[in-house]
Amino acid sequence: MIPDEPLVLGIETSCDETGVGIVRGHTLLADAVASSVDEHARFGGVVPEVASRAHLEAMVPTIERACETAGIALHDVDAIAVTSGPGLAGALLVGVAAAKSLALALGKPIYGVNHLAAHVAVDQLEHGPLPEPCLALLVSGGHSSLLRVADVTASIEPLGATIDDAAGEAFDKVARLLGLPFPGGPHIDRQAASGSSVAIDFPRGLTSRKDLERHRFDFSFSGLKTAVARWVEARERSGEPVPVADVAASFQEAVCDVLVRKALDAASSEGIEDLLIGGGVAANSRLRAMAEERASALGIRVRVPRPGLCTDNGAMVAALGSSIVSRGHAPSSYDLPADSSLPVTSILAG
Amino acid sequence: MLLAFDTSSPTVTVAVHDGSDVVVELTSAETMRHGEQLAPLVDRALRQVGLEPRDLTALAVGVGPGPFTGLRVGLVSARTMAHVLQVPVYGICSLDVLALEAYESGTVVGPFVVASDARRREVYLASYDEGGARLAGPDVLRPADVDPALAALPVVGEGAALYPEFLVDGRSPLRPSAGWLARCVAEERAELRDPEPLYLRRPDAEIPRAPKPAS
Ligand SMILES: [Zn+2]
Repeated sequence: MIPDEPLVLGIETSCDETGVGIVRGHTLLADAVASSVDEHARFGGVVPEVASRAHLEAMVPTIERACETAGIALHDVDAIAVTSGPGLAGALLVGVAAAKSLALALGKPIYGVNHLAAHVAVDQLEHGPLPEPCLALLVSGGHSSLLRVADVTASIEPLGATIDDAAGEAFDKVARLLGLPFPGGPHIDRQAASGSSVAIDFPRGLTSRKDLERHRFDFSFSGLKTAVARWVEARERSGEPVPVADVAASFQEAVCDVLVRKALDAASSEGIEDLLIGGGVAANSRLRAMAEERASALGIRVRVPRPGLCTDNGAMVAALGSSIVSRGHAPSSYDLPADSSLPVTSILAG
Repeated sequence: MLLAFDTSSPTVTVAVHDGSDVVVELTSAETMRHGEQLAPLVDRALRQVGLEPRDLTALAVGVGPGPFTGLRVGLVSARTMAHVLQVPVYGICSLDVLALEAYESGTVVGPFVVASDARRREVYLASYDEGGARLAGPDVLRPADVDPALAALPVVGEGAALYPEFLVDGRSPLRPSAGWLARCVAEERAELRDPEPLYLRRPDAEIPRAPKPAS
């Protein structure tokens, strides 16, 4: 029998956050996250082995914390969901093994789910059932994708993706250029608030007429990153101070401009009236404001979960798991693999 | 009822000990892919002896040393299951498991060493006395750097097969068995440890690439 509002525990370990979330139907009960971000900061990026070690240490305490917050006992859960990919292979493996052990010891089904689909599904916890179809723009340190979501549990079609750096990676790299700490996103956002977004005209990747023919919904941020580096170097060479706030604001404007422009173009061309933005970069204040402003002119509604749900977390995995259980999909088996390059079309592992 | 498993070698091994002896022991059909093979093996082992997970009263896990990725599969599984079942989980140095089997089955007489594959042209090594008790180690080192007095002793584990020019006197067993791991705990024949991995190496602290963008 399928419960109306299944109680699902979700585990997420695709990068440097150990996330354990618990939901009942679309109601969020707990979202415990342990992050190893501080251990990676001095390397300017996530060190996979450091992340994997941290996941092992954080797993049981984070499960305990989630259960305590939710006020449930593990034996109450109806199902376990876990990110089976994409992400860092060794990190994913810790979460998948933990989820299997939970499922096995509890005698409950396990669902291995796609991380990107989970970024979409999490919005249900805040704004209720997803409009279907909807268009999803997922932007983080690991991904930059445009997806057509017909059914978040069964049918997602990739329309475009980055051909080089992820948007969040560009934020990290530019932050480093400007001497701002890792992760760069929040620092760039803060600096940009006091800078001018039109001070420097940075390039918009893959927006020329020729590029649009082949890469209409794809992104490229490596040219932008290089342009910022050159601009900053030239400034330093000439002995002038680098206007950090202006560089941050102009860079951020270029990234957001391309993201929003392409997302709205995709929505319009697909005849979709709902745009959902997820992933860590969705926390960027300029991206939210620009998307809402331009979308409303086109009659497109924008949904963005609150920042805490945009970054990687266990609640998003639980949210997707809950939808999958409700729709009656068959669970995964105990030999479920962790797949670092799982395509977004593969929402539920067999 | 004690459930034991080890994922420190290329083989996944699972066993159940009922307090008097090992009642089932299963070994993975394939090497590597620990994350895919461990849970199905545990499930099968329990079914074969008609047990439910809630019948278990303790867990034992090999804490390595061994390749990190596989090792963590065993450790996180043991810790998570123990948390759900509210039973204790005992860690055993995986080299001690090899040592007990070699000592009890008589493949070694007198002092000996255990050497396993540490990759990167190194071995994990520990030395044992004539009663099978660990004297030193485990350490990670190049075969050429093993103390000559130790290198001349009988060598249990895969180390001798991999580096016969340095570790000449190879003996069985080659890889840890969960049955012997279970005996280490049930009969208290080895040092009981916390379920903490024996990495023996720091993580490579190179500046990495960010995770692969999803397609
Ligand atoms: Zn993500």
